[in-house]
Amino acid sequence: MTSTKQATPATNTCLALENVSISYGSFEAVRNVHMDIPAGKVTAFIGPSGCGKSTVLRALNRMNDLIEGCTLKGRVVFDAQNIYAKEVDPVEVRRRIGMVFQKPNPFPKSIYENIAFGARINGYKGDMDELVERSLRKAFIWDETKDKLKESGNALSGGQQQRLCIARAIAVEPEVILMDEPCSALDPISTLKIEELMHELKKTFSIVIVTHNMQQAVRVSDQTAFFNAEAVEGGSGKVGYLVEFNETERIFNAPVQQATQDYVTGRFG
Amino acid sequence: MTTTFPASSKSLHFNPSLKRNRLDQFLTGLAGVFSTIAVLPLILVLLYVLIQGGRLISIGLFTQLPPAPGLDGGGIGNALIGTVVVTLIASLIAIPVGVGGGVFLAEYSSGGWFAQFIRVGNDILAGVPSIIAGIFVYGAIVATRVFFGQSYTAAAGGLALAVLMLPTVIKTTDEGLKLVPRELTWGAIGVGASKFVTVTRITLPSAFTPIATGVVLAIARAAGETAPLIFTALFSPFWPEGLFNPIATMSVLIFNFAIMPFEPQNELAWAASFVLVVMILAANLFARWLRRFAAK
Repeated sequence: MTSTKQATPATNTCLALENVSISYGSFEAVRNVHMDIPAGKVTAFIGPSGCGKSTVLRALNRMNDLIEGCTLKGRVVFDAQNIYAKEVDPVEVRRRIGMVFQKPNPFPKSIYENIAFGARINGYKGDMDELVERSLRKAFIWDETKDKLKESGNALSGGQQQRLCIARAIAVEPEVILMDEPCSALDPISTLKIEELMHELKKTFSIVIVTHNMQQAVRVSDQTAFFNAEAVEGGSGKVGYLVEFNETERIFNAPVQQATQDYVTGRFG
Repeated sequence: MTTTFPASSKSLHFNPSLKRNRLDQFLTGLAGVFSTIAVLPLILVLLYVLIQGGRLISIGLFTQLPPAPGLDGGGIGNALIGTVVVTLIASLIAIPVGVGGGVFLAEYSSGGWFAQFIRVGNDILAGVPSIIAGIFVYGAIVATRVFFGQSYTAAAGGLALAVLMLPTVIKTTDEGLKLVPRELTWGAIGVGASKFVTVTRITLPSAFTPIATGVVLAIARAAGETAPLIFTALFSPFWPEGLFNPIATMSVLIFNFAIMPFEPQNELAWAASFVLVVMILAANLFARWLRRFAAK
């Protein structure tokens, strides 16, 4: 089992995981993850199914709190605070670390209200029309929606819905956006649009993306973390762990670990 | 080459004399007969009430008091208002409490013993005969005269009906909320919404239609109940005198008047039956419309 701390890149760290283990009840899903996620870059999590990459992603803004019996050991440090400390309010964490989900999930409200909802509950005092337009523009969906802001978000196509969800996430101006396989329910053209969007967004936000698609990781990410799962003695089922975390180029061209090499060349997974 | 299948005529036409086809026809007919018998009571009851009660509909029926025994004419105006009042009291109690309970079960409870206990208890309460709800309120409120020393009151009747409505409202809220996709909740939590904001602004509105449907059906059921009202709201031959006096209701009026040895009272009972059936029918149609409205 590898739990070696990888060389920290020269950039600022946005989120630091320190010896993080996550369990569902008595089942340990991920063990001993150490990593420093850089600010202002796109970090991709790759790995076979069941390796715990989504679990780790959801741990970064305490979404796992919603899952019954999910516990975390270790520390997740964001802005010099452990987000799992007792006095931390998970609602505050999620306001600064936004999330985009696998399945597009616009609220059953108008496009305008979808964007305004987050801003309103966060006490936004400025010009709402302006914020809605700015957010939709940033998510490359303004031109398609500007004439139908009053229509339901559900009336959009899947790809448009996902961009709406990204616009919704950036409307509350978080510092980090977590994306859990954001393109897995989309067609290739929509996927391409979202990838272009990510290149644009990383100028303003730090992005962490879980993807099953290795080409996507190569196209969008600066850093890549490869997770794997292996059976452990005395454990029930497989336990996920971080195999290797480095610059994307290194992971795909000159990985240090044999398992990474096997995975990125398509020998398993 | 030998075959064990019977020699067929090679014809693809339907052959009514085959055993399987005869049996098929017989069973289809049998199922038809049974289903006809099954809907007979429904049609007969409705027709009978419509014919017996429908011919008595007049404006006076809705605006006048019932006649004293032995006299003619009159109406069911007080019972109509009474039913609306008692059902309204029941709704005002049962809807907030029931929706709140459902929200707790679906959104806040973590499936522990307390939530399990409420769910099971709720299902049992839904199956409790309505007269038990009546006798409970009688024992707790009427006999103890807690309402300003009054015994039988409209408020007590409303409470008894609320007890009956509660399980339906809790159950439909609980199940309606469970049908809301988890992704929607995640979306709200993900943009920094608190639990309370998520439930009130996203989850509850999304489940509005199933909850509203359940509430309408619960109201329709409560409006037609007799047993819990007989010894809580009692009856009154006069116009309603506030919430803390006995009040006339349609169902109790039917019960009282149908067994009286006077023709005018019997007729009023039929007329009241007709009005009650139409009201409950309207509520059910409204619930169906709500459901269809949601499907769009």
